[in-house]
Amino acid sequence: MTDRRPGFHLVILVGGLIFGFGLAYSHMARPEVVLDFLQFDDLGLLFVMGGAAAVTGVVFTVATGVLDSAPLTGVEYVRRVKSFDRNVVVGGVVFGTGWGLSGICPGAAYASVGIGNWPILWAVAGMFIGAYAQGRLRSRITGSSAGPTAAD
Amino acid sequence: MIGVELFPNGIARYLIGGLFIGGGIASIYLATGIIAGASTFLESTLSYVSNVPRFNRLRYVGSRDWRIVFTAGIVLGAGVYAVVWQGGAWTTEVQWWRLLAGGVLVGVGTRLGKGCTSGHGVCGVGSLSQTSIVNVATFISVAIGTAQLVQALGVSP
Repeated sequence: MTDRRPGFHLVILVGGLIFGFGLAYSHMARPEVVLDFLQFDDLGLLFVMGGAAAVTGVVFTVATGVLDSAPLTGVEYVRRVKSFDRNVVVGGVVFGTGWGLSGICPGAAYASVGIGNWPILWAVAGMFIGAYAQGRLRSRITGSSAGPTAAD
Repeated sequence: MIGVELFPNGIARYLIGGLFIGGGIASIYLATGIIAGASTFLESTLSYVSNVPRFNRLRYVGSRDWRIVFTAGIVLGAGVYAVVWQGGAWTTEVQWWRLLAGGVLVGVGTRLGKGCTSGHGVCGVGSLSQTSIVNVATFISVAIGTAQLVQALGVSP
């Protein structure tokens, strides 16, 4: 982020607000609704993910095709394409186990805080613990081969 | 009447909510070129309190401030819904140990797998990224199996 023009943080805040409102409105911020989907009691969640992906799909296609660069940063529009490796599948399995057990994913957990669901703080704490544990372990593994930078 | 059984609450709330979710990501993208996922916040925020090298990569330290703003926006936006439409706070009946253990696995899995429901599921699928489509197909299948197994074991909710 070398270049940030005025309004950068405001746009991020407003975008987050719209995103969080959508998570609450769709009821995906409620773990029960996610579990109902996974247990085939209510497949409505397909429309949450499908509707959201349709919007980003159209906007990404138009922006990468006809627009030059983003007004508030000057960066070029790109798609979200990450490299594939075994971790993508292993991570998906671990993530899916957690999602199926709790009915919670990161964005929905933050939104769940917003709808007053205080027990969700268990899940937020869990996500930080999980993210910390994997980061520490992976830093140690890569650090031991890269030299003495692994000091915590 | 199979439609009623598959969608006992209709589809309007789901579709409208999904369009808002996509709209939030699209607004940020059009203005800044940033594809905002929700889960990198976990690691980038840890860089404030930990010097573990992975959390202090330039990518994280350089984005940690706006990721906090984004997350605050998510909480506030959901709060607006709670105040205006929900009529106050709503709390889950799902047991605390499911939330905690599930949260730990989600925290590990999203970082190992390079994204979550928003990063891979909405932005990656919207980009037709094969990596994301594989990740999403994997986590949805495993989540269905896990949720149904837990239900079959008699845990509810």
